[in-house]
Amino acid sequence: MESDKQKFISVVSRFVDYNAKRLPDDVVLCLGKMADEERDERAKLMYGCMLRDIELAAETSRPVCQDTGLVQFFVEAGTEFPLLRELPEALKEAVERASVSAPLRPNAVEYPSENNTGTNTGRGVPYIEYDIVPDSRKLKLTVYMQGGGAALPGRAAVFPPSKGFRGIAEFVADAMVEKGINACPPLVVGVGVAGCMPTAAKLAKHACLRKLGRYSELTEIAEEERKLKALLDEIAIGPQGVGGRASTMAVNIETACHHPSSMGVAVQFSCWAMRRGVLEFDEDLTVKCLTHGGF
Amino acid sequence: MKILNLPIAEEEVRALAAGDVVYITGELVTGRDRVHERVVKEKKMPGISLKNGAVFHAGPIVTGDKGNYKTVAVGPTTSMRMEAFEADFIAATGVRIIIGKGGMGQKTAAACQKYGAVHLMFAGGAAVLAADKVVDTYGVEWEDLGMPEAMWLLRMKEFGPLVVSVDAKGGNLFEENKKIFNERKQIALEKLSDTGEIK
Repeated sequence: MESDKQKFISVVSRFVDYNAKRLPDDVVLCLGKMADEERDERAKLMYGCMLRDIELAAETSRPVCQDTGLVQFFVEAGTEFPLLRELPEALKEAVERASVSAPLRPNAVEYPSENNTGTNTGRGVPYIEYDIVPDSRKLKLTVYMQGGGAALPGRAAVFPPSKGFRGIAEFVADAMVEKGINACPPLVVGVGVAGCMPTAAKLAKHACLRKLGRYSELTEIAEEERKLKALLDEIAIGPQGVGGRASTMAVNIETACHHPSSMGVAVQFSCWAMRRGVLEFDEDLTVKCLTHGGF
Repeated sequence: MKILNLPIAEEEVRALAAGDVVYITGELVTGRDRVHERVVKEKKMPGISLKNGAVFHAGPIVTGDKGNYKTVAVGPTTSMRMEAFEADFIAATGVRIIIGKGGMGQKTAAACQKYGAVHLMFAGGAAVLAADKVVDTYGVEWEDLGMPEAMWLLRMKEFGPLVVSVDAKGGNLFEENKKIFNERKQIALEKLSDTGEIK
């Protein structure tokens, strides 16, 4: 089994390295389209910088952004996937290897000593979240590298449910206007609505990771996503907050049932350099990349 | 293409207006939270002079050893994090150009007017584009602060486009934008009824 584990680590570390240097296909397409539609001169200048940066990063094999973030993994783990018990250790090792090979900026800082571990691993990092898929022999691995600027405006609260969509919209718009400029727009906005604060926050993260251009499968939620996107785009903070014609690449809402008397709401942003990558492994470790045609 | 050469004269800085697009050639230093704390709170100065120079709010990825450093990626970090320190940093170092992401607040804007300094914004995340303009990573001060926080000494050629966000005449691009965004937000929200329907 050792060789299988090594093979898995090698693929994942290569992908973490790649994911820092290449944005997913949907994000590159979306930015190109937004740049084409933009009319504001200053905004066009900013889009030009972003698109040129993406090209240069690919040409020179360098991280798209110097803030390669804290590495987060979201695992859909088939209960019959052969390497399950090796996963936590393997993912950690993959991050350590990619940190050297890419190189990634060391971003794991211990509290309260403020000591940087230097390896992008340490207490609680990489963050790993597991979802179990009964009877499956596959493993779907999402890696997300979120920079500090994009994490900064994230917020969560608990509302009385009577606040409704109006309350949610105001909460999200406030977060975007107050802090979104520094989260490197155009933004992906993930909103979670659930029973309490942490469950909402977790769903907000999942919402952020959805493929661009896909609305919720629930008709009423999809309608709210369209309305909220229109509202945030009307504010038009533009690329890097310089103004322009839009604010967002996508607005996604994930929900769970809430308590009759309390509703957790959370919002989480991703920057234009949305470093999201998804790999799907078969039991024999045949791998398919769902986000990057070039991997 | 308007190129500013470092070190820069006070008159040239005072002539810039919020919204202008410029490029920078010459030697600058990186400095973010810990560098600002060290200068302002701990009253320490680096081994090089920043007078008439520029500080770039950035934590780069640098490879190689002493004498052979290479900046792989260097994009701006959020300048507002340095707001509490920047006015005192300008006073202590004599720096005239501050470069970062987003804008800065009233305290920094007042110091820019008083001392003759400006804040320039660069597209956040465009770290390879910026690194491409680094001709030489010729040294580092305070390396004990760790890679992102250390003061890296960079020689730049035509680094930009940079947009003047805070000028020395009281202009502040992002403060103005924030007012506009807040107004638009109110209007957009007012269109929603209490039940979330668009009126």
